Amino acid sequence: MKRNTLLIMIAFISIFSVVTVVYAQGKVPSDDEVNAIAKKLYCPVCPNTPLDVCETKACEDWRAQIRDQLSAGWNEQQIIDYFVAQYGERVLAEPQRKGFSSLVWMLPMLGVVLGVVLVWQVLKNWRSVRQSPIPKVSTVQVSPETMERIEKELREMK
Amino acid sequence: MLADIGLIAVGIAFLFSIYATIASFYGGRREHPTLVESARNAAILVFPLLTVSVVILVYLLYTLDFSIAYVADVSSQAMSPFLRVTALWGGQQGSVLFWAWMMAGFVMVVLLRKWQRNRELMPYVIAISMLTTAFFIGLVVFITNPFARLWHIPGAQDLITAIFKPANAMPYTPDDGGGLNPLLRHFGMVGHPPTTYLGFTGFVIPYAFAVAALITGKVNDDEWIRTTRRWTLVAWIFLTIGLVLGGRWAYDVLGWGGFWGWDPVENAMLMPWLTGTAFLHSVMMAEKRGMLKRWNKVLIILTYSLSLFGTFITRTGIIGSVHAFSKSAMGPVFFLFIGLTFLGSMSLLFSRWHLLKSENDVESFFSREAAFLLQNMLFLAITFAVFWGTVFPMISELVNGAKITVGPPYFKMVTGPLFAALVLLMSLAPFFAWRKQGIRNLLRTLLIPLIGSVVVTVIWGYMHRTHPSSIFALWIASFVTLAILFEFYRGVRARMTTRQENPLLALINLIQRNHRRYGGYIIHLGVIMIALGFIGEAYFKQETQGTVSPGESLTIGSYRLQFDNLREYPGTDGRDIVEASTRLYKGDEMIRILQPRRDYFTVQKQPSTIPGVYSTPGKDVYVLLVGWGENGSNTATFKIYINPLINWVWIGAIFMVLGTLIAAFRPGKEEVSYSIKTVELQPIPGN
Repeated sequence: MKRNTLLIMIAFISIFSVVTVVYAQGKVPSDDEVNAIAKKLYCPVCPNTPLDVCETKACEDWRAQIRDQLSAGWNEQQIIDYFVAQYGERVLAEPQRKGFSSLVWMLPMLGVVLGVVLVWQVLKNWRSVRQSPIPKVSTVQVSPETMERIEKELREMK
Repeated sequence: MLADIGLIAVGIAFLFSIYATIASFYGGRREHPTLVESARNAAILVFPLLTVSVVILVYLLYTLDFSIAYVADVSSQAMSPFLRVTALWGGQQGSVLFWAWMMAGFVMVVLLRKWQRNRELMPYVIAISMLTTAFFIGLVVFITNPFARLWHIPGAQDLITAIFKPANAMPYTPDDGGGLNPLLRHFGMVGHPPTTYLGFTGFVIPYAFAVAALITGKVNDDEWIRTTRRWTLVAWIFLTIGLVLGGRWAYDVLGWGGFWGWDPVENAMLMPWLTGTAFLHSVMMAEKRGMLKRWNKVLIILTYSLSLFGTFITRTGIIGSVHAFSKSAMGPVFFLFIGLTFLGSMSLLFSRWHLLKSENDVESFFSREAAFLLQNMLFLAITFAVFWGTVFPMISELVNGAKITVGPPYFKMVTGPLFAALVLLMSLAPFFAWRKQGIRNLLRTLLIPLIGSVVVTVIWGYMHRTHPSSIFALWIASFVTLAILFEFYRGVRARMTTRQENPLLALINLIQRNHRRYGGYIIHLGVIMIALGFIGEAYFKQETQGTVSPGESLTIGSYRLQFDNLREYPGTDGRDIVEASTRLYKGDEMIRILQPRRDYFTVQKQPSTIPGVYSTPGKDVYVLLVGWGENGSNTATFKIYINPLINWVWIGAIFMVLGTLIAAFRPGKEEVSYSIKTVELQPIPGN
């Protein structure tokens, strides 16, 4: 918690220190620039709705905040870091590739590798059944009469 | 009074389904045909009984009997009669009843049609399917009853929802109901739940047959696959339609410019679809070659469990989601039931493992069998990735308390390459022979489509130089399409030369003679069209947003949107509408007046953003009104998307339905099924 507070303080200080510089330049960030960043964020209130399309007031305020930060000269990474520090990792649309969250990325890849190995094994197994030299044949006992009838019917078929 | 009849009907249906489960199982074990017969009659009666309840509930919704809590919740005077009827599946209580009703319907039809043919399996088919039906009816009766009434205890703040009169309570009837969630008032949402539920519940039939085959020990016999093939196809196509209607609804109503958002509920529907698709293919291996018998059982158990899981996620809202409109107490019970279904079936399968033997073998890694196996693996890998991404936020929170979001970028990145591999396989596998495929032969078949697709890709790639990463995806899509069309061409030409048929007749006969194969090709074409929609979204989507005053314009690509004016007016069913009038220009030519709007439902305090769309086969121009100047300023903010190829998603879905109909039903003739068996020849003794 303390770390977060510190980060936020640093963030605010840095806003105020840059604000003057950039406003002097007079550049107003476009909606598209704001959305490009908002797309990568999720607000904690609206589940499963990216920030760039969310209709709620809270999300509107967040976008306004991104706009302010952009005009204060922040870059994308700084803004995203700020929101993560402020609200936690869940604002990220895409889980981080470190720590526990990396599992979400690793396991499916592991699954695919495992799957390929498994498919390979099964196929090899199928082939070895084929190539093994034991055509195990069960001899069927057929009485001579039946055999004769079969032969006769076969002749008639021709 | 009517509600009481509905309640009693559900209650009797519950008792009947319990009775049918126990009697059929016991009768099957003890070989007691009269008991099984009696169980069958009980099982068949469940459907008419539930029909009574459903009809009564619909009537109550239609006539707005607000003393019933469910009616007061989802129906309202402002709603059209049509929407009042669809409110049957607009909330949890109604939709669980609806679910049970459909499942009972499937079971009834199976019991009427297949009774004579699968005598030995039937007792257990009844037991398994009725157990599940009983569970859902039990939910309706005990946990989430749509016939519960509203009560008011004098002096108390809140109303009580209960079936029977609580002490000191007075019946309470509000003047108007809350009404259906505004977002659900759309044709997609009218069709989406029934089709999805038909898909989910339909899988109970192959599942029940598979488990029945396991119980009887007649496992090596593939009769259950032949019996349930059509049922599986029907369930699968309904699930497909449900998925696409859901996508269409999202595109028209949710206002974020897309049709698939990798939302947990969408994922929950996608997973049984993925495993179901794998199952549809792998049963062919069992049917034709007597292989993959254990694997088929695993797949159908998985598919059915995931169908239950899908219902569970949607209806309990365990994973927070835009879809989870309802939260309730049925979570733990439901979870337990899914766990029991999955673990119970799997342990049954393992106990019969040794009985399930492959009958055939394979000569080459380069064979249709191998392709099927790889295809199954890919489907399962995608299912796992989707499952893992969907539940990971919960796991993360449980393990280290960190709340995280797993959003679309994850799913796109992980499943994208796997889907691409799958589609590529789809182009090759149908041309592989069983057992062994010679490379030279394959090349001869595919050379022309291969050359054609390279030509198409080079031209396309040249036209869209800015998106080099899309070239591979487009190559795959064009290759599959050409390979399939070429196959049709060859078949038609062969019939034209050998039988002197005209092209149209040759095509019809070709499809009819081999309806499963060509139906499958048509489904594959549909899949490619849907893939085009995803390719368009992934690589060519454009968007822009801006605030303009009347007369000013926004530009995107070769289009220009001119804002004319804004007006505000009340709608018919409790909404306030703010509508912008805009004109869309391409170059200097005005092509369409678009009226994007924002509706605000005053009672529910919920906004809904309705896009203005200019739709062509090549692309949609999709305009959203996302804001306007509040205090005296007459500006408006628009968001414009160009969604290329998106219409092919809907067209592809139609192809898939058509192909499935052709593959499943052949008018007039009985099904002819073949299977290939290896026979070891033996010299005659004495020769």
